[in-house]
Order: sequence, then C-alpha cells, then structure tokens
Amino acid sequence: MDFEEHAAKPLLARFGITVPESRLAHTPAEAEAAAAAIGSCVVKAQVPTGKRGKAGGIKRAATPAEARRHAERIIGMEIGGWTVEKVLIEAQTDIAREFYAAVIDDAASKGPMLLFSRMGGMDVEEAAEQDPTAMRRQSIPIDVGLTDAMARSVFADLDLDPLAAVALEKALLGLYRAWRKLDAELIEINPLVVTGDNRIVALDCKLTVDDGAAPRQAEIVPLAAPEKRTHLEAKAAAEGLKYIELGGSVGVLANGAGLTMTTMDVIAHYGGSPSNFLEIGGEAYTKAKTALTILLENPNVKCLLVNFCGAFARTDVMADGVVTAWQDLKPDMPIFFTIHGTGADEAVALVRERLGVEPFDLMDDAVKAAVAAASGRAAA
Amino acid sequence: MIPRKSDRILIQGITGKQGTFWTEAMQAYGSNVVGGVNPNKAGTRHLGVPVFATAREAAKTTPFDIACMFIPPMLAKDAAIDACEAGARLLVCLTEHIPSHDVMEMHVAARQNGTRIVGPNTAGLVTVGECFVGIMPAFNANVFRKGNVGVISRSGSLGTLLCLNLAQAGLGQTVFYGIGGDPMIGTTTRDALRFLDADPATEAVVICGEIGGSAEEQAAEYARTMKKPVVAFIAGRQSPPGKKMGHAGAIVTGGKGDYASKRRALEAAGVGVADVPSQIPQMLKQLSIAA
Repeated sequence: MDFEEHAAKPLLARFGITVPESRLAHTPAEAEAAAAAIGSCVVKAQVPTGKRGKAGGIKRAATPAEARRHAERIIGMEIGGWTVEKVLIEAQTDIAREFYAAVIDDAASKGPMLLFSRMGGMDVEEAAEQDPTAMRRQSIPIDVGLTDAMARSVFADLDLDPLAAVALEKALLGLYRAWRKLDAELIEINPLVVTGDNRIVALDCKLTVDDGAAPRQAEIVPLAAPEKRTHLEAKAAAEGLKYIELGGSVGVLANGAGLTMTTMDVIAHYGGSPSNFLEIGGEAYTKAKTALTILLENPNVKCLLVNFCGAFARTDVMADGVVTAWQDLKPDMPIFFTIHGTGADEAVALVRERLGVEPFDLMDDAVKAAVAAASGRAAA
Repeated sequence: MIPRKSDRILIQGITGKQGTFWTEAMQAYGSNVVGGVNPNKAGTRHLGVPVFATAREAAKTTPFDIACMFIPPMLAKDAAIDACEAGARLLVCLTEHIPSHDVMEMHVAARQNGTRIVGPNTAGLVTVGECFVGIMPAFNANVFRKGNVGVISRSGSLGTLLCLNLAQAGLGQTVFYGIGGDPMIGTTTRDALRFLDADPATEAVVICGEIGGSAEEQAAEYARTMKKPVVAFIAGRQSPPGKKMGHAGAIVTGGKGDYASKRRALEAAGVGVADVPSQIPQMLKQLSIAA
C-alpha cells in the first residue's frame, strides 16, 4: 500500500525527522485559509505518483490569494492517470542544498539498503544520467540495524557543516527506524534538504508499506492512498481475490499466479486476447464461484477458459465452484475446460456430468477453441 | 540439496487441515516423516509420529534433516527461526504473504545456522519415485513419472503444467525443484540449476521462469557453463508492467526483469526458450533427450 505525501510526512515526524508545517485542503477556499495561517507556502497536488512538479502540480505562493489561484488550477488536474482531489499547503523552506535518501528492500542482499545521493530534488533516473557515481548504497544487516557509522559513511565526503552533518545522521537513523517500524518496502525522501541555518528538513516523502504486514500495521492502514482499481477490481479485492482487467475477450480462470500468467501468454500466442488476470490458487482456491461471478460482469467477455493444474489447490473443489456458479448464472457463452493435477479425475467427471462439456486433455487445444469462440469462429 | 528417501522430515503445523492432508500424502509417497510440531499438542502423536512443542524440542530426541512449514504468514518467522536453530539442513517454506521484514530475519537465521531455505512461497520439492516435501501432486501419475529431466519452477501450478506436458509426451522427471514466487527466496534458480547439474540421474533441465527480478538472468550465466542441455519457458509475456501478477516477485518495474531481457539472456547462454509450454517436450527430444 502506498501513502501520499500528506499521510507519509506525519509518520516521518514520529521518527524525529523534521517536516515543514502543512495543512491539507480539498477546495480552493480551504487552500486560501490554510495559506493565511501558514504564510508564504507551496501548493502541492496529492496523488500517489511521482513527477508532480513537472506536471505543474507543485507551485509556490506568496499570498493566500495566490495559493487559492494555484489550488483552483491544480485540483481536478490529471497527473499520471490520477485526478487531483486535494492539495497540501506547506510552509516554504529556505533551501541551501538538496539530497536524496531512501531505505528499500534489496532483493539481492535479502535485507534493507540505505540509498543516499547528493543530487536530490530531481528524478532518480535523471540524476543517475547526470552522474551515475552520485548514488551511495549501504547494505544493512537487519539483525544489527543501521549504525551511526554506516549512516555517516554515505555522506562522509560531502564536507557538510558539522551542525548539518549531525542532523543528517540523525535523519538517516530516523528514516531507517521508520522503515523498520512501519514495515516499509520503500521509504524515500526527495528532496531531503539542508536549510540556510543547517537544519535537515524532509520536503517530500514516498512510502510503500508491505501488504503482507497489514495485520500488524492496523493503525496506519486506513491512512494509505486508495488503489487505482476498476469497479470489478475493487469488488474482487474486497473478496480477497486478485483480479486485473486487461481489455480482451477471452475470460481466464486459472489457479496459481504462474499458470494464470501462462494462460494469458498462450491465448496471445494463438491470436486471442485475455480479458483478465484472475487467480484462484493459494488460499483462494475455494472461491471459484465468487471469482466467476465477478469475471462474468465484464461485458467484453465472449467465452470462458478454465485452466486448472492443481498442486495445493484441489481441482475438484474449484471445478465444483465453477460448475455451480455456471448453473446459477446461466451465461450465454461457451465455456472451455482443461483440468489436471490434484483431484483432476473427479473434476473432469463432474464437468462432464453436470455441464455436458468435455474438458480438453491439452491446454493448447482448449486455448485454441476459446480463441476461436471469442472471435466468432466455430471451434476447430 | 535434493531430498532423498533417507532424509528425515519434520512437519511444522502437522496437525492442521493442510498439514494433515499433505503429510499423509508425503508418507504415502515414501517421504520419511519423523515428527511434527504444534505447541498446543506437544506430547501427542499424529499420523503415527510424535508431536513436539518446537523444532528445537524435536531435535533433542528426533533428529531431522528437513523441516517443512505449514504455518500461517504472521507466525512463519518464529517457526522458521526455530527450525534453523534446531539445526535443519533444509527448510521448505510454503507460506505466502510473509511480511518482507520477517523474511529478511529468516534469511539471517538461516545464514547463522547453516540452513538452506527453499522459498518462501514454494510448492516444494519432488524427487520422483522417492519422496516429496511440500504441496505438489507427486502422487498423480499423469503428472509425475520417473525420467531424466529436472524441472525448476517459481510457480507450483505452472511447474505442474510443465511436468504434465513432459509426461504427456512420454518423458519423465528426476526432480521438481520449486523455488517459490516471492522476491526474496533462499534458493535461487541458479542454485537449483547447480544441484540438478550435479545430479547424475538428470540429463536435461527445464526452467519455468517468470517476469520480475533477475533469477533467470543469473541462471543463464550458470547454464552457459553446463554440459547438460537447458530449456526454458518464461511466464508473463502478456502481463502489463508495474502490476503484481499474483506472485509478489512477478512484477516488472522500471524496465527491469521484463520478458525480453530474460529471453535474451537465456538465449545468449544457449538456452532454448519456448513460446508456449507445450513446445518444451519437442525441444528436449530434438536435443536427443529420450524417455
């Protein structure tokens, strides 16, 4: 789950990192009132995506009236596919230097990694192009944590004022503690600035918290940004199912992420186009009926391809769910099965008896038939 | 690091519904299950083996080589660390959705205790005709038959399909090595490739990869040095970038870990890459791998 700046910054502050005073505004009037209280400010679009500044979503304002005018333009703007619904009114900061700092999950070392660059305030990719040596990487043993010495090592060559150096070390230690306590996959401050009076202030924060840790992060889960989902994707998520709309016409119902992705690939290989990713393996294998109901609500679906290869998931349980749902819903479209693995003999018999449909022995044959049906041709 | 019939197996979470179902299946197949763990049922017996409070307790009287976890995600870290500290040589971690910080701590415990973790989020390991550990349909004769092809897969369901394709074509397998769909796994595609390279019964290897991460690219470097032929299928060619396709590890971000780069790396290393899984048996036969 992702956290927008206005939600992430107060969390950073809990770990001793200084953030500017700010207020959230949903209307130009609210923006004006906030600016009146704060003084000269920055009006910042709140959307869970980067490049807000380039899109014109971040503007400085000297007066409340100017803040209002910026808010009028920014609220309703489209940035990275998101519509801006609110702005953060934030006190301006006296910036001397801009850095970049982040703690991320590093798959290669199977542990956390501190990233620090003296080139803050711009895209990481852009900075890397200008100077690939600027980014420092420090692996952190999770059983030890980030030590003072490790934190100092990433900026040792920067010749900072001693006051700023102490504050920066403290900020990096706070950033690591935030990563650890919040079960973050990524916590990034860009820019992390040195002020004219050698304070360290976080001017932005991007936070992604591990979905797997949600049960023990119940306090912050409600602060996360809503995910960008279609109506059906949201419905599936509420049922604990992973469903992604893809725009094609062959409905896909398979178990397990690997097999579902593969089914999509094989459909494309034979000239068809999948309407969705929908996986009912893992713990979700008993939810076949719920899954099918959601899948069939998509008006683009012309036929359904059911591909089960049961390992953990029992194909007889899944097939029973699909057949029961099919008999309830009576959709006016063809259905194609290919079923193997755990419980396959029972599953095949069940489909044959209750739907009068003969499952294909080879997955490729089932896919070809589904692709033909979706394109209006008779199955070969 | 390929499970053998003689390896002694401890099942953590043996008394649960899934633990019971799969332990019975493992026992029926020939796996040497010597004990189980459930803190609330310590001192009892289940499926003919003693149940202990912890893996460390078990190790005192019932030494074991492999621990296999049927443990829910929020409890997985403690169980895994227990198994490592009890001296498990191999830990098969089936659990999906373990918090990533917990996974990191599990890997630290594994390193400190000399345990090899397979997974998390693996479907397990099958040594065909000998034993299996995990949740694969090893007992299904339409899918698994003894042969000379080793199969490595991130995914249990896709791995099952690949094994099925081999069996349907009259080929068979030596070992199925499920490495898991998570981003931070203990045993990589490259590690598994190394084990199968060293296995005398394995004459060729099939890699079932997925988009995301760099496991296939790293495996390609090793495959280049092998005498045994390697072929591959990579799932996710049609998956939109930036979306997690079920497996936490299967995501293309910032142009990294995409289908094209994996295919390029494998082909450059002399690994044939199939467009669809059903082409794999034919590719093996062209490499003179016969049943």
